[in-house]
Amino acid sequence: MKTKSFEKFMEIIFLISASMSIVAIILICLFIFAGGIPFISEYGLSNFLFGTIWKPSNNPASYGILPMILGSLYVTVGAIILGVPIGIMTATYLAKFCNKKLYKILKPCINLMAGIPSIIYGFFALTVLVPIIRNIFGGTGMNIITASILLGIMILPTIIGMSEASIRAVPGSYYEGSMALGASHERTIVSVMLPAAKSGILSSVILGIGRAIGETMAVILVAGNQARMPAGLTKGVRTLTTNIVIEMAYAADTHREALIATAVVLFVFILIINGLFMVVKRRGLN
Amino acid sequence: MYKFVIKNMDLYYGDFHALKNINLNIEENKITALIGPSGCGKSTLLKSLNRMNDLVEGCKITGDILLDNENIYRSDFDVNVLRKRVGMVFQKPNPFPMSIYDNIAYGPRTHGIKNKSKLDEIVEKSLRGAAIWDEVKTDLKKNALKISGGQQQRICIARALAVEPEVLLMDEPTSALDPISTSKIEDLIQELKKNYTIVIVTHNMQQATRISDKTAFFLSGEIVEFDDTEKLFTLPKNKRTEDYITGRFG
Repeated sequence: MKTKSFEKFMEIIFLISASMSIVAIILICLFIFAGGIPFISEYGLSNFLFGTIWKPSNNPASYGILPMILGSLYVTVGAIILGVPIGIMTATYLAKFCNKKLYKILKPCINLMAGIPSIIYGFFALTVLVPIIRNIFGGTGMNIITASILLGIMILPTIIGMSEASIRAVPGSYYEGSMALGASHERTIVSVMLPAAKSGILSSVILGIGRAIGETMAVILVAGNQARMPAGLTKGVRTLTTNIVIEMAYAADTHREALIATAVVLFVFILIINGLFMVVKRRGLN
Repeated sequence: MYKFVIKNMDLYYGDFHALKNINLNIEENKITALIGPSGCGKSTLLKSLNRMNDLVEGCKITGDILLDNENIYRSDFDVNVLRKRVGMVFQKPNPFPMSIYDNIAYGPRTHGIKNKSKLDEIVEKSLRGAAIWDEVKTDLKKNALKISGGQQQRICIARALAVEPEVLLMDEPTSALDPISTSKIEDLIQELKKNYTIVIVTHNMQQATRISDKTAFFLSGEIVEFDDTEKLFTLPKNKRTEDYITGRFG
């Protein structure tokens, strides 16, 4: 009898633990949407999303976040262009070409990359990348290109880890089938193994996009952060995330609400990305 | 006329002596069956004939395996050409996760054929050769994993035929299939021997008697007896063969 009630008690403890994350996500939704939606409905959704001027100090204040939406989009696309090919090729190398000795060195390095705090990436970019970009393109060196390179590096562990796992999960019978037809190791990997792993690889890219869009502290150091429509690859840019961080400290009233509304937009982006991720993953299982 | 001549061949997986002093001649345009209990080395021998054993770490082979009088383990022998000439069908159907058409065209494309009409021709010919053309001709774009196991196995045979091999190695090709699919594949194998030399590993002794011309009985890495199938199953010379085929062990 005693053990039975104890079991029941433990079950409830586990249930509470499991509920914590759900409660957290519900609270986040509530807080963000409750804080942001009144502002959006008052200011107008299209004025907010497509307004090209962000000037909280103007009278009346302008809260157009299109510059930041585009800023996030540009640096994310840049990160994908740089990070995805390198990430997939690295994953392929680790899964199918790398010898065991080298793997024992490379794999922990990549795991370590995933664990480095983003501010350290930002610091690295500030002291190494920014001067290089400045020398090549002139200006301050804090621009879309710099931020893209930095984010491209930061999404590597996400892409490499998941892609490698999905390439390894491709049945060995496909490999044998291709080799038995007289195909080389390389041909087999490029034409059979990688296509067979494509849903996992695509999922890794989607997660990478999520990581790039959400990144804040590293980007803030190297993107320039000018709240204006992106003027070119070698010009500074502000993203949705950095917009919030930079102004939240001193914002009040409507300005503060506008920043929370910015977070709503970011949150919706992340929801869309997660939805895509789930669709791709489910399609991969069928 | 011998297609394969195996002379004094030994094979080791690391320290394990898996095949011991194998001597075997495989006749052209005949079906040679390899039988024996699990772990006796019959699949290992099969995989030595197209050097798929090269993919196994720690595998070492001594002695000679001659294909048309050429030693396939000679260091300058192109293994990709060997595998084009000596095709293989696996125990579990393993079509690639792509369309039926692309499965069949994969081999020819690998060996440099790009012309679309030439590929169409090869795909049709191979699917006809594997007796599955009529079943799939209207949906060549369908994913090959979406058809039945028996059809998948014939797709795999068609895929092997598409590179115009001389020999077909079959590793228990029907053990994962139902009886109807099995009989279709057995009929097909009979048909194929007109144009190909076939070596088949099977656990099923009825199958060996039904389809093969020659049978080799393996035990613990050795060939105990090799003879015409009919003779081996009716008048085995060796006591151990007799015990095995009458079901006393194995």
